[in-house]
Amino acid sequence: MKLYKIKEILNASVLCGEEQLDIEVDSAFSCDLMSDVLSYVKSEALLLTGLVNPQAVRTADMLDMKCIVFVRGKLPDSVIIKMARERGITVMCCGLTMYCASGYLFSSGLRGT
Amino acid sequence: MEDTIKLTYEISGSDLLQAGEASGLLKLRLKQLGIPQEVIRRVSICMYEGEINMVIHANGGTADVEIGADDIFIWLKDTGPGIPDIVKAMAEGFSTAGKKARDLGFGAGMGLPNMKRCSDEMTVTSTVGHGTTVFMRVHIGKSADVASGRLLHASPATPGYDI
Repeated sequence: MKLYKIKEILNASVLCGEEQLDIEVDSAFSCDLMSDVLSYVKSEALLLTGLVNPQAVRTADMLDMKCIVFVRGKLPDSVIIKMARERGITVMCCGLTMYCASGYLFSSGLRGT
Repeated sequence: MEDTIKLTYEISGSDLLQAGEASGLLKLRLKQLGIPQEVIRRVSICMYEGEINMVIHANGGTADVEIGADDIFIWLKDTGPGIPDIVKAMAEGFSTAGKKARDLGFGAGMGLPNMKRCSDEMTVTSTVGHGTTVFMRVHIGKSADVASGRLLHASPATPGYDI
């Protein structure tokens, strides 16, 4: 699923990486625990999380994940956005809960890892 | 690739914003060297989990990395409180981490098991009150997932545990 489609489904705002919305992700993983992300994500998946700190970006970077969606209306600060931009990671945020955001994406065809 | 490359990273335990920086730098270096992506992924997870452990449990430490033709070796050394029961610490879900770890999104008791899963060899040596050293080896030629069900060999006569 293309990132622009994900943006549309979640009614999300893009905070950085707008130029990469044509990138495709083949799966998604929703979690606030970064060790679980490191343990379960097997491919270049989309990360949905409510953890708003630099470790979300660092974890995504370790796994070559191309996009993070911050859920529950959480807004990352400028340091986090700068880190993501430097690593080529698109960042979005949406007001949905993690459950609803995951559900909308799943029912639109984006499967879990 | 050139002969063995030796790298050292000092890991701060006080600056949480920097936690994971050494892992990012190592990942970048491995990319520059043309190491296969799946190997980079495994090394990155080993290093990152280890780095976070050092930050949250031991107030930082040192990471020494050797990149050879066939293998990547990592030694993570700290002078923290040590691990009283390494076998217990290796169990998925076991954690002694506090608020600092959870604020970072860690502390779920998956760090050491993740490191074990992503390395081809791992040894934990620890003395309570003096610190911990974790050694890991990742084979460059092996890109498939490693077996996760290897036996844990623990000898009470020696402080090192081959995992």
